[in-house]
Amino acid sequence: MTAYFQDVSVLARKDLLLELRSRDTVPSMLLFVVGALVVFHFALPDSAGDDAARGLLWIAILFTALLGLGRVYAAERERGLLDGLLLAPCDRSAIWLAKTMSVIAFLLLMEAIALPAFALFFAPVTGAMVAAVILANIGIAAVGALLSAIALSSRTGDLILPLLFLPLAIPIVIGGVGASIVDDPARFLWFLGLYDGIFAIISWASFEYVVTE
Amino acid sequence: MISARGIGKRFGEKEVLRDVTFELPPGGFLLVTGRNGSGKSTLLRILARLMASSEGELEVTVERRSLGYVGHEPLVYRELTALENLELYGRLYRVAERRERIGMLLERYGLWEARHERTQTFSRGMQQRLSLCRALLHDPELLLLDEPYAGLDREGAGMLDEQLAELAATRTLAVSSHEPERLEPLATLRLAL
Amino acid sequence: MSLRNRSGPALAVCAFALLLGGIALVFWWAPTDADQGFSQKIFYIHVPVALTAYACFAWGAWKALRLLWTGNERHDLESYTAIHMGTIFGVLTLVTGAIWARISWGVWWSWGERQLVVFLILFLFYSAYFMLRYSIDPGPRRARTSAVYALFGVVLIPISFLAIRILGTLLHPAVFTRDGVGMTGSMFVTFLVVLAGMLCLGFALYHTELAGKRLDARLRELRRALA
Repeated sequence: MTAYFQDVSVLARKDLLLELRSRDTVPSMLLFVVGALVVFHFALPDSAGDDAARGLLWIAILFTALLGLGRVYAAERERGLLDGLLLAPCDRSAIWLAKTMSVIAFLLLMEAIALPAFALFFAPVTGAMVAAVILANIGIAAVGALLSAIALSSRTGDLILPLLFLPLAIPIVIGGVGASIVDDPARFLWFLGLYDGIFAIISWASFEYVVTE
Repeated sequence: MISARGIGKRFGEKEVLRDVTFELPPGGFLLVTGRNGSGKSTLLRILARLMASSEGELEVTVERRSLGYVGHEPLVYRELTALENLELYGRLYRVAERRERIGMLLERYGLWEARHERTQTFSRGMQQRLSLCRALLHDPELLLLDEPYAGLDREGAGMLDEQLAELAATRTLAVSSHEPERLEPLATLRLAL
Repeated sequence: MSLRNRSGPALAVCAFALLLGGIALVFWWAPTDADQGFSQKIFYIHVPVALTAYACFAWGAWKALRLLWTGNERHDLESYTAIHMGTIFGVLTLVTGAIWARISWGVWWSWGERQLVVFLILFLFYSAYFMLRYSIDPGPRRARTSAVYALFGVVLIPISFLAIRILGTLLHPAVFTRDGVGMTGSMFVTFLVVLAGMLCLGFALYHTELAGKRLDARLRELRRALA
């Protein structure tokens, strides 16, 4: 059991170290989310309320996440490095878990900038919003880590990932926006937790089938 | 160690391997020859269990932790140093006395001085040698090498000759090459695709 | 492997009989709804079509699970065909739902209509399923990947329902609502007959398409063996 988590830790640290060295993904995500928020300002009419803006925040987060998810297996894809991981005696799902954890880290870094920027440009950020964003990260990362592995097998790799991801992201958006605008966000937060739990489990269980040939 | 009966592999409509049968006992040296595109790499990938065969029966009696594979790609991360790469694999394979073993291998293959350099700065020969270190790190019983001479200069090739002779004495090898003359003397079993 | 489409024709006959009978019941026996009048009759088509779609998706997911469990590639074809059928019935659900909305309330689409919204999400999802399949070369990889995605789909169904339920009237006022199915006895019987007919139709189409695809695969196999 601890061996499993050791493997996860080794792999996650590797992913974070790679990102630290190459600085490919996180800076792009940061720039993109701020840019998106600026675009949204011009897309919203003056009469639009805070609620409309909060809805758009979730769009910004979702599409920025997609940008990041496209890069999850970039290193492995380029040099066939996934083989190296598959040859190792570790459980395949450990690879998924490590990737999920690094995606969560990237998302948190991105949101650390996005949420203050949103509060600056549009409307205050509530505690419920922050909770919803944190819960949503888990779902996005879990499903995203699996779907980007699926995209590796596809000829149209980068193109297919958003198509696969968006329908599955709709419940996340519903949960997130719901929690952001109602007075009593509890049921939406519970829902996000449920989504996270269910989809994390099936992503974890099915990763092996997607990544082996 | 390896028992293959009627192995075939198809990619869609294209048949790459057909009815491959052989028995490789422990300590043996399998030399796989054939033109480009004859399926040598595919066969080795199947033996490494990176790929399943379309038909036939394959029995490889070693587990993943006792199997070493060197393919076309060196399987090292460009942004990490040689040392960091080996540390990663060392931990994943749970290699005993990891540091010592990494140090020993890096020295043996002439990479000790470059150990703190990112592998993206390595020449093809150095990458190949690092790949060999990676494959040997966990002291595998079975080594699979896919065209290990590809891209090596004369000095590198000479080094590899020595290394292979050494390795053949202590473990089971399966090597593919489209220049089989170098390896002829070592081979105990030959397979032409 | 049975190549002959044994169950197909039998099921088709059943479906034809049941649906014919059902339609007769719809028009001549079932009472006209007090609120919505004649247009309510579309309900007898719309809901069975929707339920058949769900059944197809569930069957597809079951076969996907069998594929992952046993590795037997037969199940890939079965899963794919079931999902194909499900998508067709899904599109029909959206179409009949839109017609019903148009006749009842004058609009082609209503976000307050939960069933339709769920089907829209599913339509997006399963369209992506087909795009995924077309972008991977045939083989065990495609089979396993499609199977995993199919499983995600079947989990998405209840999750979407739940999501839309908790959303309630938050974003979109349910100006147009349908009361829960408080059906009288005769309405219920009519409904069941049409439902049974629709399910038979679904299965008939499934078996027919499956047999066709298996024949195709067998032909390719033979060609390969002769080459």
